[in-house]
Amino acid sequence: MLYNQPNPLEIRLLTRRFGLPDSASIETYLATDGYKALERAMGMSQDEIINEVKASGLRGRGGAGFPTGMKWGFLPRQSPKPKYIMVNADESEPGTCKDRLLIEYDPHQLIEGMLIAALAVGSQQGYVYIRGEYRYLIDVMDRAIDEAYARGYLGENILGRGHTFHIATHSGAGAYECGEESALLESFEGKRGNPRIRPPFPAVAGAYQCPTVLNNVETFAAVPPIILQGGAYFAGLGTPKNGGTRLFCLSGHVNKPGVYELPMGFNLLRMIEEVGGGIPGGKKLKAVIPGGSSCPVLTADECDLAMDYDTLAAAKSMLGSGGGVVMDEDTCMVKAALRIMRFYAHESCGWCIPCREGTTWLRKLLQRFHDGQGQRSDIVLIGDLSRNMLGRTFCPLGDAAALPTISIVEKFRHEFEAHLDGKPCPYESKSRLVSA
Amino acid sequence: MTFSSELEARFEKFLAKYPADRKRSAMIPMLIYAQDEVGAITDELVAEVAQRIGCKPLDVNEVVGFYSMLHRKPQGKYHVQVCTNISCLLVGGDELWERASKKLGIGHKEVSADGRISLEEVECIGACSWAPAVQVNYDFYHCVTPEQLDKLVEGLAAGRKPEEIPVARVNC
Repeated sequence: MLYNQPNPLEIRLLTRRFGLPDSASIETYLATDGYKALERAMGMSQDEIINEVKASGLRGRGGAGFPTGMKWGFLPRQSPKPKYIMVNADESEPGTCKDRLLIEYDPHQLIEGMLIAALAVGSQQGYVYIRGEYRYLIDVMDRAIDEAYARGYLGENILGRGHTFHIATHSGAGAYECGEESALLESFEGKRGNPRIRPPFPAVAGAYQCPTVLNNVETFAAVPPIILQGGAYFAGLGTPKNGGTRLFCLSGHVNKPGVYELPMGFNLLRMIEEVGGGIPGGKKLKAVIPGGSSCPVLTADECDLAMDYDTLAAAKSMLGSGGGVVMDEDTCMVKAALRIMRFYAHESCGWCIPCREGTTWLRKLLQRFHDGQGQRSDIVLIGDLSRNMLGRTFCPLGDAAALPTISIVEKFRHEFEAHLDGKPCPYESKSRLVSA
Repeated sequence: MTFSSELEARFEKFLAKYPADRKRSAMIPMLIYAQDEVGAITDELVAEVAQRIGCKPLDVNEVVGFYSMLHRKPQGKYHVQVCTNISCLLVGGDELWERASKKLGIGHKEVSADGRISLEEVECIGACSWAPAVQVNYDFYHCVTPEQLDKLVEGLAAGRKPEEIPVARVNC
């Protein structure tokens, strides 16, 4: 089991069923307050549900952090077109591996969250877009959907209350870009995963140009606990305007990497030390990517901060998707920047020229640098090229590639200089592999 | 084109998921599941899928080129994918990749001479907290040690199935 090291500092709200025997089954779900939030929501008006979600301070867990209740409120009440609920389970942001667990261990919580969203906006059809690499999760989700139909939680006249809602899974086929909401919708419609021009936003013209609620897995999974325990309770767990808990994925140089559910605003240094068990070999911290590879890196000195959207934004980084990548003192930041850029150059969909060309040239420049053939002027060029991509693309992938690069060049310029004049990479000597 | 009855049943289920006038939505799911059975996205498969969802083969072709999991050429029966993205890199994913390539004697997106094994250096597969990670077809291997990688690729090269090779899927 992947979720094997619960930490006493965790507040296990969305993850409370992880580790229970047969936690993905509807029997376990029903035995642990499952579908009780749905029953409660059926007694609430659409406004009451949306207001409860607004009061919870829940913000989108995919990365952008947009207030969820407000997003739901943007859907037109009266619409001649059908409305859709779309789950983004295209988890692809490097450093992020939480949605996987939420589906693997508690798929019914996601179904219930979708059902409540459907009541809130008046939708009868939902889809779960799951990345192709997560094939086993499509099977887990399909089983849970079948169970929910068999027990009358999905289908027509749900629980005899007259509501209709259907859910189906949908497989992706390998494209980071499809985690971006408008590209996901294009892909869902059987097209290349290029982004759409917005506005209109999915709330008005989403799947098949119909009003669509599109949220991350973790966002939907937070809804049943919010309805059951109240928006105020959820809000109180976090910091102002940053409600609830968050599934933080710790990876890289920590003794106990894993996915931990911690209150929003948890201190990053404490997270590394007390939850992640510190850095292996007693080494010093060098840098952290706080929320997936598209976030600007924080130096060790900048890590004494609260992990919430606003604090990270004030520190000129992002909370992103909750993927905390920890790097020790022996990490080569040029190599890290290169690997991240190789990723974005590979994943750029090619739609916008600044992103398509920018990521490719940056990859080449960084590769040349890491190979010891960089020139002093390249350091400036890397920064300039990156800055010229910012805000000049239809979707955030261009920014996602540029921001970490700019931060690494600015904060670790000395490491770039150490690679100059044909000098070998100062960090390349020791193996990073751990034997059994 | 004829498919297995399991795949036909799956296609039927896929086509029923979407509104009647939106069958094109089934394109990518149909392609990826069909590829598992056919071995690659062939021109014949493209034409077949296009016909079933009511669009042109060109519409399917332009989609195939976009997605990294859709392959024009046949892969090995066992497709070994080593992640070298940032979280895996930090704990030696790149070394694991080089090790696999050396052991198997094939490079990125190459197939062994007997067609049994193919190798790919992949982008993040969502196993960051259990790095370094490897996928063989759709099965994950987590916290892979160099010894386990050796055992896995040597076993596959010797003609064994992944489930016959004693390597834990979760090693952390």
